[in-house]
Amino acid sequence: MIAFNHVTKSFSEDNIAVKDVNLTVEKGHIVVLLGPSGCGKTTLLRMVNRLESISNGEIMINNKNSMELDAIELRRNIGYVIQSNGLFPNMTIEDNVMIVPDLLGWSKQKKRERFTYLMKLIGLDAQDYRKRYPHELSGGQQQRIGVIRALAADPPVMLMDEPFGALDPIIREKIQDEFLQIQREVKKTILFVSHDIDEAIKMADKIVLMRDGEIMQYDTPSEMLAHPKNEYVSKFFGKDRALKSLSLHTVKNLQDIIGLAPIDATIRDTKTIHVHQDLRTTLSMLMNQEADQVVVTNDQDENIGSITIDHVQKYLHFEIKGELSVSQEG
Amino acid sequence: MGIYYLSMQVLEGGFTLEEWLRFLEVNTPRILELTLDHAVLVTIAIVVALIIGVPMGIYLTTNEYLAGTILQAASITLTIPSIALFGLMIPIFSLINQGIGFLPAFVALVLYSQLPIIRNTYTAIKNVDPNMRDAAIGMGMKTHQRLLRVEIPNALPVIMAGIRTAVVLNIGIGVIAAYIGAGGLGVLITQGISRGDNYLIISGSLAVALLAIVADAILLLIQKRFTTKEIVN
Repeated sequence: MIAFNHVTKSFSEDNIAVKDVNLTVEKGHIVVLLGPSGCGKTTLLRMVNRLESISNGEIMINNKNSMELDAIELRRNIGYVIQSNGLFPNMTIEDNVMIVPDLLGWSKQKKRERFTYLMKLIGLDAQDYRKRYPHELSGGQQQRIGVIRALAADPPVMLMDEPFGALDPIIREKIQDEFLQIQREVKKTILFVSHDIDEAIKMADKIVLMRDGEIMQYDTPSEMLAHPKNEYVSKFFGKDRALKSLSLHTVKNLQDIIGLAPIDATIRDTKTIHVHQDLRTTLSMLMNQEADQVVVTNDQDENIGSITIDHVQKYLHFEIKGELSVSQEG
Repeated sequence: MGIYYLSMQVLEGGFTLEEWLRFLEVNTPRILELTLDHAVLVTIAIVVALIIGVPMGIYLTTNEYLAGTILQAASITLTIPSIALFGLMIPIFSLINQGIGFLPAFVALVLYSQLPIIRNTYTAIKNVDPNMRDAAIGMGMKTHQRLLRVEIPNALPVIMAGIRTAVVLNIGIGVIAAYIGAGGLGVLITQGISRGDNYLIISGSLAVALLAIVADAILLLIQKRFTTKEIVN
């Protein structure tokens, strides 16, 4: 869907922001551009909708060279979300969301319907918010509005520049979940800039790790955590990268491979965890010793077994480090 | 200058309230007429100044080099004493037989309004949140769409502040225009000074002050009407 062919961006002879980047983003994927500040990830993103010029190479969008398209047309067909939401304080929420449809000359009726649909996606009441102004909304709501504004004209491609970076951790997590939910419905091709490793692991189908304008590794999150290509990648994800990778796996994955322990009915102090919960949450629950036994429940709310730290450790060895030295147990 | 004579003569006691009321009874129609003349002169000058100044201010945001020069020149204009500028206008406009009267006064007022209008427009547009501009461009707005829908609306309070400054400034300077025969409330004051008539001076001065206050209030209302709450805050 988006292909970068030998893309280079130089501001001056010795200030090269992006060096010979080759990258293909598949349709319907979220690709996270990850790296420290100044690594060129934002520049790379902004080259796609031509907010930055391309010094060398080409960016193909849907097999068309971006430089051969009209810049205005191109931008209207690409959703764009920025960190500080960029909502216009002089316009109502509806006018803000409907900017691109308005530029494209949609009818009033069509705009109204689209607005109602989009507001439903983020769980806000269209009628309630239509005539309000951005400053009357909380930071989290403003950012949600920023997201649906980018979705307004249903563009196939979205560019998101640290869209959730300015939010507090609790709201951020909630909006990330909500956004993944929306993405399941709308299936956009998304380039997403982040400097937050956990966010990248959570959101990405694939991660591009960058340093000094070059791609260090382009892989799925689990692959990158399990098999970092070089020193820089493994250092970037840190010593706890095994721990981080746990958030990519669920209790169900663990059950499928090494199974669960039987429930000890004599222990009274128990807590339950859902089978689709990720292992990182499970582990922190186990380590916080919130209960003497953690019982796993399935979709029908039946107790199907219990889980211990040992299980998680074995799974980690087996699945993530790829060591098959673990004996299986029932 | 007016204030100096005024205070001297009031101190000498050439003023009573009863006299003044009697004076107003007779002269109110004339004062109103001159106030109207004054307002018309200032209004026309401001409208023309806006037509020149606002687009100029917007254009300068795209041309840093010219911005410095033009803002400098506008600043210098404002430092020329008004009486000197009016004096300069006479020989220039004499070339087209308009040496005294409305035209030179009008041109001088347009020149004086340029600095507050250009500078405020320039600063206001420059200070629009760069993220907002980025979002506007990124969503595919053309330059004029961005200006009309985003930048000017959000810059409006600061632009209006410049216009209000220019209006009040022009109402004051317009008084001096009476010296080159442009009429207006300055007529009352200059006559008052030359005749030593306190009632003329005080009535003229108060009318000028009232006109300035009323004009500023009206513009403030217009400004509030066209800006949303968040921008004002």
